[in-house]
Amino acid sequence: MAKISLETIVKQLGLEIVVGKELLKKEVSGCYCGDLLSDVMANSKEGDLWITIQTHQNIVAVAVLKEHSGIIIAGGKEPDPETIEKAQKEGICILRANQNAFEISGMLYEILKGIKDEGD
Amino acid sequence: MREIKADLHIHTCLSPCGDLDMTPRKILEKAKEMGLDLIAITDHNACGNVEVAQDIGAKLGIKVMAGMEVTSKEEVHLLSIFGEVNSARELEAILQKGLKIPNNPDIFGHQVLVNEKDEVEGFVEPLLIAASQLSLEEVVNKIHELGGICIAAHVDKPSYSIISQLGFIPKGLTLDAIEVWDLSTYRILIGKNYGFEGIPVVCGSDSHFLHQLGGRYTKLLIHNFSFQELILALKNQEGRRVWIEGP
Repeated sequence: MAKISLETIVKQLGLEIVVGKELLKKEVSGCYCGDLLSDVMANSKEGDLWITIQTHQNIVAVAVLKEHSGIIIAGGKEPDPETIEKAQKEGICILRANQNAFEISGMLYEILKGIKDEGD
Repeated sequence: MREIKADLHIHTCLSPCGDLDMTPRKILEKAKEMGLDLIAITDHNACGNVEVAQDIGAKLGIKVMAGMEVTSKEEVHLLSIFGEVNSARELEAILQKGLKIPNNPDIFGHQVLVNEKDEVEGFVEPLLIAASQLSLEEVVNKIHELGGICIAAHVDKPSYSIISQLGFIPKGLTLDAIEVWDLSTYRILIGKNYGFEGIPVVCGSDSHFLHQLGGRYTKLLIHNFSFQELILALKNQEGRRVWIEGP
């Protein structure tokens, strides 16, 4: 399956890089959107870029566990200071979007669908 | 030392989801009938019916502790229990500053303050089941700062629990206990890396209706009904103990 880098997504969507500038070469293979961490742990996949409005430090642990390519915090929310610290330590890229989770999901869906169509 | 039955999680008619029959008087009368010795009144982000319940409890010989079921900004429900009602009031003021949505009684239910005779004294304006603006850690720290204890509510329930919202208990969070609602569900969760290890366990009814009272409780071995004794029991110190029993 075709992949796209975090860097490309950041540029196309105009996202703010909260932490993990050095991780932008990571490849995104899909996306998952959700705020119930138990659901994200159960259903997201490795390589997913995860869209959430949660800002608690447990999101970093979930992203590490599921080997996500990164996290987008939607709706302009600010991650907690411990979340940023932990992401730095664990090597998880956190991006921030002013758009809400629906809008960001829609934009990412179009981008990833385009890549996939090219791949086919 | 005496062995007693405690239920640290009971809503009154002040919670919008609490039945209007959940007046302090009716709760205490039912608690008496069901053999509960100690209860905590834990309405959502409010404690306005606590003192009435304490007065009635004193007459009926049931200890009533001041409490609240706090909603963190992650929508995790946490029980706070205090030795002094003023401490609960202080926390209530902080929480309610962050509640911005007015209650719509037709949708959510009434939020009723009542007196000892079950008469309506007033209604609380902001929607109490909304999330406060404090993070999980801030809630725990604030409760401790005010001298209270903090218990993660119904960790075995699929919504508004620390597990449903945050997947697991973050390391270093200084909870005084976790509360389970259903013992059989809880047993399935033990040993699954949710971070329950080493945290005392209590069982609470989370009653919103009178008929729910008495079926779920925690056993305590304590010397008297002071708040300090509850703390000792949760810490398993000086011969005080806490345990849960049931199917």
